[in-house]
Amino acid sequence: MNSIDTPYVRWTFAVLAHIGLVVAWYLFVEIGQVPKFVMPSPQATLNALLNPDYGWWTNIRVTATEIFGGYLLALVVGVMLALIFTWSRILESLCLPLLVTLNMIPKVALGPLIIVWFKYGVFPNTMMAFSIAVFPILLTTARGLREIEPDLLDLVRSLRGSRWQLFTKIQLPGALPYIFSGMKVAAILAVAGAIVGEFLGSDKGLGYLMLQVQVTLDTPAMFMAVVLITLIGMLLYGLVMLLERLLVARDARLS
Amino acid sequence: MNVEPFIRMRGVRKVYRTGSREHLAISDASFDVMPGELVALVGPSGCGKSTLLKILSGLHPHDGGAVQMGSPSYPFDPSRDVGMVFQQPLLLKWRRILDNVVLPAEILGLPMAAARERARDLLALVGLSGSEARFPYELSGGMQQRAAIARALLHDPKLVLMDEPFGALDALTREKMNLELLRIWKESGKTIIFVTHGISEAVFLGTRVVVLTAGPARMADNFEIDLPHPRILDIKTREDFGLYTRRIYRLLGME
Repeated sequence: MNSIDTPYVRWTFAVLAHIGLVVAWYLFVEIGQVPKFVMPSPQATLNALLNPDYGWWTNIRVTATEIFGGYLLALVVGVMLALIFTWSRILESLCLPLLVTLNMIPKVALGPLIIVWFKYGVFPNTMMAFSIAVFPILLTTARGLREIEPDLLDLVRSLRGSRWQLFTKIQLPGALPYIFSGMKVAAILAVAGAIVGEFLGSDKGLGYLMLQVQVTLDTPAMFMAVVLITLIGMLLYGLVMLLERLLVARDARLS
Repeated sequence: MNVEPFIRMRGVRKVYRTGSREHLAISDASFDVMPGELVALVGPSGCGKSTLLKILSGLHPHDGGAVQMGSPSYPFDPSRDVGMVFQQPLLLKWRRILDNVVLPAEILGLPMAAARERARDLLALVGLSGSEARFPYELSGGMQQRAAIARALLHDPKLVLMDEPFGALDALTREKMNLELLRIWKESGKTIIFVTHGISEAVFLGTRVVVLTAGPARMADNFEIDLPHPRILDIKTREDFGLYTRRIYRLLGME
């Protein structure tokens, strides 16, 4: 084993890279004498949190709700639809090509429509996150379910196993590596969906806040908002990774 | 001594339809299987051997003729009297070996403590003691197939259907597994129907051989193998062994 492959060394490297980025950012701003409204220093960015007018905590909660809500809905709907397709070949042949086409729609372009349909606020932004996150989950799950050996399903059917048993004992665990690969892609997309929704129309959230402070050229606050959005995304991604680690055997994980 | 057949097939027909095209998978299969027999179904690829097994397992309906399973003195419950072994071991790779073997008990809702106890005994029977807590990927192909056989026996089915179970193994492992199967068959007293395209394997294992030919799929012959038990590899050098195999080669048009 190469010495760089031990977990301890890899974690150290990862932390060092992040610290290095912040240091480079600091030096660039300080040495380059970059004006604050173009690029604030790390210190100035952190100080933006002290401004009570920005309602950071409320905005974090709103954006996180949209991201996590849309994401969870996408997970449930995506997996359920893919499962239903395994029950009916006709339904699958009808819907799957359609979904591939629908997946090509830039979901961001639906934003103005979603606002027409659902007004503005947390719900339409959750729908934005959902609409953009559901496809990768649905398509990878459908793929994973198709990969399961038909003979294995026959084995359970020969024992007169129910659909529910088939799903919980064979299909779901068998498709999990695929589901997780879709979930990781969806985690990144859900964040983008929610923020675009907030840009288009909302009165709360970190994306909304960015538009507000842009007017006054409060770049440190904009930076802070980006950092917080990233942290929410990392939290979601981290949870997905943790779940995968717990649920999927190492040799079965898809990279 | 039980004289009533366990399985009685009379003029069984099976047609697969894809759109307007019809494919005759089995034209006319008639044979009996006595309780405790090991019947080898031999024939070239695409002769409907696997289809016959699917009909016997109750997974596919037949289109003509009669299939009678069980008799008043030897009752048969289709949901729990069939065990299946396929060409691939089809173990659930996220489960340990013991948890794989108890799968039929989970599907049938049998008491789990007793099932685990029985799974340990069966793993000992197939020569896998000590591998209970291992994962499938840690086992060789032959060992995985042994575990699959243990799984097929778990719910104590009267009938075990084997679809080319050793077809994916190397020649030496295959010989070894043949001897193992004969031992397991003797010790468990199961009725086994064993599909193979290995002519010598069919004669070596079978108390009876049913020969199927392809295009049009039909039953060509059905005869008892009058070779002594327990069978050892030396039997293959006997003159009557050669006569049996030549009889099959001739039927399959290879002589």
